[in-house]
Amino acid sequence: MTDPSEALASAKATADRLVKAKRFNACLTPVRELRKALVTQAQATHPSGVLYGMPVAVKDNICTLEFTTTCGSKILEGYRSPYEATAVAKLKAAGALIAGKTNCDEFAMGSSTEHSAYGRVLHPFDKTRVPGGSSGGSAALVAAGAVPAALGSETGGSVRQPASLCGVVGIKPTYGRVSRWGLVAFGSSLDQIGVLGRSVHDAARVLSVISGRDPKDSTCEDRDPLRLPNVPESLQGFVIGIPKEYFSADLDPAVRRACDRAVRLLKELGAAVREVALPHTAYAVPTYYILAPAEASSNLARYDGARYGPRFDGSADVRALYRTTRGEGFGSEVRRRILLGTYVLSSGYYDAYYRKAQQMRALIAQDFRNAFDRGVDLLFTPTTPTPAFKAGEKVDDPVAMYLSDIFTVTANLAGLPAISIPIGRIKGLPIGGQFIGQAFLEDEMLEAAYALERVVPATEEA
Amino acid sequence: MAGTAPPEWETVIGLETHVQLRTVSKMFCGCSTAFGAPPNTNVCPVCLGLPGALPLANGLALQLAVRAALALGCTVHPRSVFARKNYFYPDLPKGYQISQFEQPLSTDGSLSYLSPDRGIATTTIQRLHVEEDAGKSLHDRFPRQTAIDLNRCGVPLIEIVTGPDFRSPQEARAYLLTLKQLLEYAGVSDCDMEKGSLRVDANVSVRRVGEAVLGTKTEVKNINSFAYVEKALTVERDRQIAVLEAGGKVEQQTLLYDAKTNAVRLQRAKEESHDYRYFPDPDLPPLELREEFIAEQQALLPELPAKKRERFVEKYALSVTDAAVLTADRAVADYYEAVVHAGSGADAKAAANWVMTEVLADAKDHGDGLRVQPGALANLIGLVRGGTLSHQAAKRVFSEVAEHGGEPRNVAEALGLIQVADTGVVTGWVSEVLAEHPTEVARYKSGETKLMPFFIGQVMKVSRGKADPKLAQRVLEEKLVA
Repeated sequence: MTDPSEALASAKATADRLVKAKRFNACLTPVRELRKALVTQAQATHPSGVLYGMPVAVKDNICTLEFTTTCGSKILEGYRSPYEATAVAKLKAAGALIAGKTNCDEFAMGSSTEHSAYGRVLHPFDKTRVPGGSSGGSAALVAAGAVPAALGSETGGSVRQPASLCGVVGIKPTYGRVSRWGLVAFGSSLDQIGVLGRSVHDAARVLSVISGRDPKDSTCEDRDPLRLPNVPESLQGFVIGIPKEYFSADLDPAVRRACDRAVRLLKELGAAVREVALPHTAYAVPTYYILAPAEASSNLARYDGARYGPRFDGSADVRALYRTTRGEGFGSEVRRRILLGTYVLSSGYYDAYYRKAQQMRALIAQDFRNAFDRGVDLLFTPTTPTPAFKAGEKVDDPVAMYLSDIFTVTANLAGLPAISIPIGRIKGLPIGGQFIGQAFLEDEMLEAAYALERVVPATEEA
Repeated sequence: MAGTAPPEWETVIGLETHVQLRTVSKMFCGCSTAFGAPPNTNVCPVCLGLPGALPLANGLALQLAVRAALALGCTVHPRSVFARKNYFYPDLPKGYQISQFEQPLSTDGSLSYLSPDRGIATTTIQRLHVEEDAGKSLHDRFPRQTAIDLNRCGVPLIEIVTGPDFRSPQEARAYLLTLKQLLEYAGVSDCDMEKGSLRVDANVSVRRVGEAVLGTKTEVKNINSFAYVEKALTVERDRQIAVLEAGGKVEQQTLLYDAKTNAVRLQRAKEESHDYRYFPDPDLPPLELREEFIAEQQALLPELPAKKRERFVEKYALSVTDAAVLTADRAVADYYEAVVHAGSGADAKAAANWVMTEVLADAKDHGDGLRVQPGALANLIGLVRGGTLSHQAAKRVFSEVAEHGGEPRNVAEALGLIQVADTGVVTGWVSEVLAEHPTEVARYKSGETKLMPFFIGQVMKVSRGKADPKLAQRVLEEKLVA
């Protein structure tokens, strides 16, 4: 697309598609406002950008100038950021149109997008089911065909898990590949902006645009933007590791079948496949649920009603202001994690929980390094233990909910890039397979994903 | 109570000093650190703690912090870690302060100071770390409401923690003044307590002399000026002694000093003390300092006060006291050396006397300005030494030059102060004086030779300071004997 009239047409068509997708409650931006903003952007943007005219929806925990940024929380209701995220600025500079803000679990805490103050997101294939989370709004919009790509964010699988459940592609880049400036912090040492797309290529080209150095984020690596690889003819020369801990005896047989089929296809593409061991995998979820809440308890301390966001109390007593604002402004899952995080950082418990979890994190990262040091280029695993589950099924059982991240949290803990692509259907519901790559070698990971995507019968029963 | 504790009690004090680093911008963002700006104007998403904003460490602040650590003889660690100190307060927008905890920038330094009780004493510096300041809560701006000014929020600070090494409030004060002098010298901070760029918290305990175990300590906060340091610590020391002598127990608590009432009041008891839940800040990578960087900061340190004092004693043959006065302020020390080295060079001892008296007095009266150029003062001293000006006349010339500038010789000439060494002219003045004071002449001649200074004084008066006093004395002696 290089013609301004095409961009305008794209903007209008996107608005129409978003109106149609309204029933999934995936987009938080009011339709009228969205249509106006899309048209304004299409008229303003310059046709030279590599994403010229491409609509990209943005998860509501990423700061935008055009729309409010509420993080799916009552505590930021109506909040308008005075600045925008680096990723958003780069998208706009590349000519993309910011296609509204997507619904998500409050402050990205959740795996079903049921924990949003603005209502749950419906799975586009089955409204009784969840789209996954926390980037469930972004995944649902892409799956519904409303936008070709959307930004999500990951702390423990929040892009890949909904991608798997909604049958779209989800990429979590290496920690430090994409600037976190303007991404509202949840677990800062784990958080990365990721991309959901209807294809590997759509997701990858958005990732390429938003990646690269940013002096505003000290944890963002001083590297050039990611260069997109070509679609390879074969995977000759690739060594793909299959970590046995991800294929335990109690793995859902249908998920196993889907993965086995994908592995067969990888071999047919010329890749060498071998089993590897990541012995600390079992500790990943508990480690994650100590570290992420610990950081969250500190990151979310700023929401106190004193400076911005609604106040839930008129009392002059500052303690009462904190209590009611935070008590009413945060939902139950956020409060649970703040309490958890506060506990594990408390004096007397720090060594038993936080410090131990940091040590375990290092061991988990070492597991991956060991595998890669033994000549493995990439790992292949299921993305999620099951396809989309029913709404309400796990919402009152936090541990069951947390276990839906069992295959994804490891890449966040180790800071590695990972991608989920659809590899089949289970009773009509999509299921994803995951490649985990080496740090900053997204290009190799994308090559494998391109190759598998071409041959895998993603819409066929496994 | 008096300034000293009863002899059976020993006071133990440790100090935590927060010093603002001399930077143009804040510790983790580009906002200005200028003092006195309208409330909430030096702010941005970072220091306001807006959602999604991230800190970026200020390189200059780190350089200054390392220089301060080196000036205090601390070991600067090649790797230190920023940590979050979590607590809720409206003037702390992020709900945490970025500081350092388990792995501070530097540890294990020391500072020697002149104790009024023990002579030269040395305190250990346990640690020196970098952190950001909080904002300011203003409780008196609006009735029944608290106003928040976040201009200070994020201003770079170092915290300097001593061991429990001071044995009296006077020692604590002496240390603080020495610390201030050192940090000013090092160019690290302006150490202006009035502007809040140097703040002190003190840990105070008492024990009976000879006891090995430290007593229960309290923390005294809100000591806002050097004048209050001694007062606040004395008040708290005396309070603790009174409690213990009455058979009570000192409670571990945090106290606020109130200068108006000269008393301490409870801020919070031990049970209410915060659990700060320190943990490494995931937004900032560990601070890695290369050896060359640390060496560079060492090289950028100027000569520090103690070294300079020693050198002045040795090189200029000054007394320790004079050297201390001259090196108290780096600008004065530099000025003194400039006078000594200007042109053909002034006599070191004479220059010292001039700087310690006329120059410092003039500076005190005129806002610390050293108004007479070092070269001009050197010339003035030369005129006295060469007999062209009397000391008396030179002082007048100094004032004139300070006020209106000019070259001392020209000024002296214009004022008609050039000393007259012409025997004929001086003899004329002497004769005049002797004729006017026949009684004193008679007394002198009958043996009261102690009247000589009187006659010289009269000659200087008659000559309006122009007579060469040595010549005048010689002529007087001749005439009075004759």
